[in-house]
Amino acid sequence: MRLSIAYNLLQILFVLAFAPLYAGVLSRMKEIVQSKRGPSIFQPYRDLWKLFHKDEVVSSEATWIFRVTPYLVFVTPLFVTTLIPVLTNYPLAFAFMGDMLAGGFFLGLGGFFAALAAVDTGNPYGPMGASRTRMVGFLAEPVFMIVFFTVSFVAQSTIPYIVQQKWVENPASFFSPDHVLLLVAFLMLILAEGGKIPVDNPTGHFELAMIDESKGLEFSGRGAALMKWGGQMKFLVLACIFLNVLLAPWGLAHGREIGAVLTAVPWILLKILLFAIVLVVIETSLSKLRLFRISEFLGAAFIVSVSAMIVSIFVGR
Amino acid sequence: MHAIPMSIAVPLNTLSAGLILICAFAMVGTRQVRGVVRFYVVQSLLLAASSFVLASAEHSIDLWALGAIAVGAKALANPWVLRKMLSRDLYARREIVQVINVPASLLVALLLAIAAELLIGPLAKASGDPVIAVNLPIGLACVLIGAYSLASRREAIPQLVGILAMENGAFFAGIGIAPDLPIIAELAIAIDVVLIVLIVGLLTRDIKRRMGITAAGTLRELKEEPLSWR
Repeated sequence: MRLSIAYNLLQILFVLAFAPLYAGVLSRMKEIVQSKRGPSIFQPYRDLWKLFHKDEVVSSEATWIFRVTPYLVFVTPLFVTTLIPVLTNYPLAFAFMGDMLAGGFFLGLGGFFAALAAVDTGNPYGPMGASRTRMVGFLAEPVFMIVFFTVSFVAQSTIPYIVQQKWVENPASFFSPDHVLLLVAFLMLILAEGGKIPVDNPTGHFELAMIDESKGLEFSGRGAALMKWGGQMKFLVLACIFLNVLLAPWGLAHGREIGAVLTAVPWILLKILLFAIVLVVIETSLSKLRLFRISEFLGAAFIVSVSAMIVSIFVGR
Repeated sequence: MHAIPMSIAVPLNTLSAGLILICAFAMVGTRQVRGVVRFYVVQSLLLAASSFVLASAEHSIDLWALGAIAVGAKALANPWVLRKMLSRDLYARREIVQVINVPASLLVALLLAIAAELLIGPLAKASGDPVIAVNLPIGLACVLIGAYSLASRREAIPQLVGILAMENGAFFAGIGIAPDLPIIAELAIAIDVVLIVLIVGLLTRDIKRRMGITAAGTLRELKEEPLSWR
């Protein structure tokens, strides 16, 4: 039990430590594809360091919501980390506290407070971005729900560890059309939730076109650092769910000794690197959609997820 | 050459079935003529892959030939003919006018897929063959979705691709239920498909030359003109 809790903490440390690196690698690769050199892959760490040492400025109009939000945005991905398999193949101490839906609601809580805080200060750009994020959010919600309903049809459970076991034990169902459709729908969901290119441009600095970025405009100093770090961790956690539970449930630690868990780290990093390459290809080969086309993009994701569900009911086992 | 065991062939076939269904949805969801044709080519290649895999597993020469026909006629000949005849129209980055907008169309396509599963799923399952259980419902879904895009689009080329998508769906169901259909029948169908493309393409070119548009939905009146336009 004590070991199990220790590994849970190790998973949290993994997410804390590698989330900025992932963001750095992603942006560096994108620059290289566009034949530029780009900043070092460690730049996000330096940014965080710099922001933590700056003074914080808070609007006199702001309420407690504005002050609490950075901490919530920072902490919620860490809660989700305790529920999902990041490094180990077997359930850890807190695995049965909540299922995938709980994880989704945790992330949703962070997003909800971020939107509230954007409205809180009275900056005109904040509410605009917040309302756009909500639009993307409520279009993404049904996809999220249907994906997890389908998963629970297939695996008879929504606990991530059990779902992952299902695909490890039964490689035949790995190739079934419902699984493929599920993966496509979840990938589209990650692109929308992570503010990636067909939905939102993460590197854009033009306030009128921003979706995800504009919520953090008002934060400075420690608040900005926590918001940034939290966003990076949220994306890493989503990638971990996608890779370790749905797409490639291999390379996780089987043994209970510390060595096995630590040797899983490079494998997971390798998987995430490969996923980052796919993301870079998607981001550089597509262009950002107009705002009202986003509903089509997420509508398509919804269609794919529902057809995954019907296929799993009718064609399935 | 080693045959692929059935235990691997069946999952590979179901995998391509899933991707074929995605392609059918994508053809409904795409706005550009070129994108629609591109997804059609991808779907045809997946079809060929699926029939090659089943051919190897079932030692069926007919299915090898069928896959070759799919690659030759659908993935290569059809787009080539289209491009030769209609290069401007095909490669103009024009958005297709639809009677029903894209999200609603996608929902209709989804309902059609559900209907296909409901109609034929139990029958296909009762056959006990894992290939039939996958190919028949997904093939029927592709046929229905193709018919829908044929009905809802107002441009000649996407309508044509709708016909071709219906044929793809029938083909996919066919390799599941009748893997040893006489080769001559398949060959005839394949040639028919290319001929359809040729004829519709020629007609479209003529319409384009006379009217300046290929939007079939706006052509409502019959015009009687002396044949002096040549």
